[in-house]
Amino acid sequence: MADASFGFSTLQMGELAIGKHVHYILSVEKKKDSFESVVMDHLRMNGAYWGLTTLDLLGKLDSVNADEVLSWIMTCQHESGGFSGNIGHDPHILYTLSAVQVLALFNKLDVLDIDKVATYITGLQNEDGSFSGDMWGEVDTRFSYIAICCLSILCCLDKINVEKAVSYILSCKNLDGGFGCTPGGESHAGQIFCCVGALAITGSLHHVDKDLLGWWLCERQVKSGGLNGRPEKLPDVCYSWWVLSSLIMIDRVHWIDKEKLVKFILDCQDLENGGISDRPDDAVDVFHTYFGVAGLSLLEYPGLKAIDPAYALPVDVVNRIFFG
Amino acid sequence: MHGRPRKASKPEDEAASTAKAQKLRALQTQFFSFHHSKIYTKEAVELSAKLLEINPESYTAWNYRKLAVEHYLSQPDCNPESVKSVLDDELRVVESALRQNFKSYGAWHHRKWVLSKGHSSIDHELRLLDKFQKADSRNFHAWNYRRFVAELMNRSEKDELKYTEDMIYTNFSNYSAWHNRSVLLSALLEKKAEGFLLKENLLPEEYEFIHQAIFTDPDDQSGWFYHLWLLDQTVTTDHPLLVSTWPAHGSDVFLVGDRCQNGSFSPFTTVLSDSGSFPIVLYFNQPVKGVSSSTVIIECGFNKNEELLWEPLSVSNLQTAQVWVAHLKFPTSELDSSVEISVGYSKEIVSPRGSQYSHPSTFSFKVHVQPVERDSSRVSVAENILWREENFKAYRAQSEESIPIVSFDQLCIKNGHESTPIVSFDQLCIKNGHESTASNWQTEALAKEVECFRELLSLMDCKIGKLTLARLLTAYDVMSFPFANKLDEYSSVLLRKMTSSEESLLQHCFQYKDSVSSAIGNPICLRLNNLSLSRIRAFERLLWVQILDLSHNELESIEGLEAMQLLYGLSLGNNKLRSLTALEPLRKLKSLRVLDLSYNQIGDHSIDTTRYLCSSPLSHSAGSELNDVALINYWEAFYMFKDLKLNQLDIVGNTVADEKFKSVLVKIMPSLKRLDGQLLD
Repeated sequence: MADASFGFSTLQMGELAIGKHVHYILSVEKKKDSFESVVMDHLRMNGAYWGLTTLDLLGKLDSVNADEVLSWIMTCQHESGGFSGNIGHDPHILYTLSAVQVLALFNKLDVLDIDKVATYITGLQNEDGSFSGDMWGEVDTRFSYIAICCLSILCCLDKINVEKAVSYILSCKNLDGGFGCTPGGESHAGQIFCCVGALAITGSLHHVDKDLLGWWLCERQVKSGGLNGRPEKLPDVCYSWWVLSSLIMIDRVHWIDKEKLVKFILDCQDLENGGISDRPDDAVDVFHTYFGVAGLSLLEYPGLKAIDPAYALPVDVVNRIFFG
Repeated sequence: MHGRPRKASKPEDEAASTAKAQKLRALQTQFFSFHHSKIYTKEAVELSAKLLEINPESYTAWNYRKLAVEHYLSQPDCNPESVKSVLDDELRVVESALRQNFKSYGAWHHRKWVLSKGHSSIDHELRLLDKFQKADSRNFHAWNYRRFVAELMNRSEKDELKYTEDMIYTNFSNYSAWHNRSVLLSALLEKKAEGFLLKENLLPEEYEFIHQAIFTDPDDQSGWFYHLWLLDQTVTTDHPLLVSTWPAHGSDVFLVGDRCQNGSFSPFTTVLSDSGSFPIVLYFNQPVKGVSSSTVIIECGFNKNEELLWEPLSVSNLQTAQVWVAHLKFPTSELDSSVEISVGYSKEIVSPRGSQYSHPSTFSFKVHVQPVERDSSRVSVAENILWREENFKAYRAQSEESIPIVSFDQLCIKNGHESTPIVSFDQLCIKNGHESTASNWQTEALAKEVECFRELLSLMDCKIGKLTLARLLTAYDVMSFPFANKLDEYSSVLLRKMTSSEESLLQHCFQYKDSVSSAIGNPICLRLNNLSLSRIRAFERLLWVQILDLSHNELESIEGLEAMQLLYGLSLGNNKLRSLTALEPLRKLKSLRVLDLSYNQIGDHSIDTTRYLCSSPLSHSAGSELNDVALINYWEAFYMFKDLKLNQLDIVGNTVADEKFKSVLVKIMPSLKRLDGQLLD
């Protein structure tokens, strides 16, 4: 059984090394001086979300100092209401969602001036219903998902034009049932997660051809049991989240071989130093550690908290927001 | 973050890394000071270029450069040449960043931003794209940028189509190229562009093309998905069609006020109606909107003036659904009357893509009302329906009786003076004597494909090929798609077969033995138990069913069951239902009174796969009706059961069904008379 209290040396292949991963995440948080860390400085807010959500799924969110995290998050908020990836950087919708998600984890959404954040996000919706990432106008369905997810967590989804947002997302639906980043863009598992998630949150999943998309998604599973992001590409642990959560939201997850996928994810662990990599024997990082653990949660791996496939937060956090 | 081998870090590596890190940090710090002080001097801007060369993901630096450009453009001394030169600098910085990371969102967007200013050479862009796409033909950033540039220069879709052809001939396994080809072709077909007017000219060529890819490497997915799109273009009519109705065209419906009324009425079409109305169900081949009393005209003797309210059977608030229902009131006195319903004579019924309903049709049936003889206000003690083998007896059809519920050869709907058969795949593919309304090219194209894939699959084992062939061969109805899962596919095939002839259907028709019981009366019970069913299909042929026994199967989902508007009693006992939210389809069954959910897996699973397919606050498809704090932890039960008017519920054998839960259910459903066999007081 995967259990953090187990001695590390007794773990066998095929089990989740919870203790190691907790240790890895906490160590990454502290190691700010490596080149890898500095080069990812600008997305530390995402990193906080990945690391902290993983800790919560492993039942170890209390290993971090919540106050430190929260005060750092708030220093990343700009006048406009948006959050930046780290201190000194410009605000962007990507980091605004991560900030709100981390606050939700700690049940501290009340420290926010919700109107301020909402204003930032609604200001990014364009005439055609799409969303820009920031004032510079890059449009992508990722940002549609972020806007919808974020405002929904803040219980003010009605502040955007939901109908137009949904119709823009649908304009990115492809003939293979998947979704791309902009109209005409090729189907990609990451974009599919964003679009399906956005449609789920807005009660619009009936627009998805679940059988057609379900088939495209289950064809992502390759011989090794891992999932790729689109046809003829290599498997990657992060797709264990994007493909899997999409399949779950449209109730087609029984079309993949769950056991094989569990094995693939577990094979991607660094059992010595902790952390999970994109593929077996590659270098680990927090990003893939999060997606590996989140994927295992969706596969009902024992000992993990359940994660919500649309909000990408633990189910108890989401339930607290809507039924709290 | 991707594709780096795992290796133990040596002390010298760590030292090198720390040194590099310190340099980068110093660069960043200096950059921030320029950015926050809004300094856009030449050196400041060059510093940002250095930063982006090392780290093209540092998005703030791209923002800064845009600010620097705008600052420059606002200077009084700038002229077209100097502007172009400044913008060319930007393009150079982007190119160098892309060499570092050709998937950098920030770099590609910056390039778009520069091009949008309108001062740069577009031809150069195509050449650059060519380089990138040759290096990685699957780079979707490049393909997206290509689309952007093509639009800027008004490049024709035909030219772009040629480009995809070139890419494909270079390498058949190029999903991106096939995808883009499908996008361009769709656009051209829709525009009815010259040379692309007719699918029948275009598609055979495309089939030839795709065959080359598939035969080169049948295991490569790229070709197959494109082929599927071609099939879809060949077979599917975009236009919404009415596929099935209840009451069925030409049927006789007997409405009784009391189930025990005996008569020589057919048990197939005798319906209890204690509400003074009966449902009219319209089942389309795809979700549609615009069904209303102005697009669906009812002519009947007994209900002259009332406008019917048509309700879409879907979860969401948006007025779109594949199945629509309305309730027609009838008088309490004895009645024998004809009803005629016309659908789609005005053009407002449309598919989500805007295709109009194209086959205006009319169907008619007769309604016979038997007034209540006994005192219907007498409340009988709730009977306990026991779904046991010994309680059902097989229905013996009278020799002359034909089941007037659905026409089994083709679903016919009267169109003016002729019957127009709904275009069904049977007609297109399988050789029979019927004269089909499908055009020749469709039939030919499909016959050719069947030949082709039979040949291919005789040579090699190919999963995706088998699926395609299955789709080609399955008795196709305009809505279906084969499931990518053996059990689901098997269930689908079984149900289609079973509902395809009177003979096979009758084998599953029973009646509840104790017809004296006032609870059920004597309608037909369709028994589909012990069939290993994991999915239910063929709903359009089951709209007449009032009692359904699906116990002892492998059902994890009851998706689509909402179409069965006449359902009064349903057994889902001994299946694999995993959550309460999976019961969403039942919420639309206004006549449902008896439900058996015993021995499922409700409560066993931490992950709910129908959480977003049901009506709840999480998906903004239900309001905040849940006011009772005590029920907060039972929100799923609340939303799923609050609209049901069940008399009898069985839920034993599910982990979730402890005493507390059962008391919550009783609270939520005041109409409940029996729970797990126990009479409630």
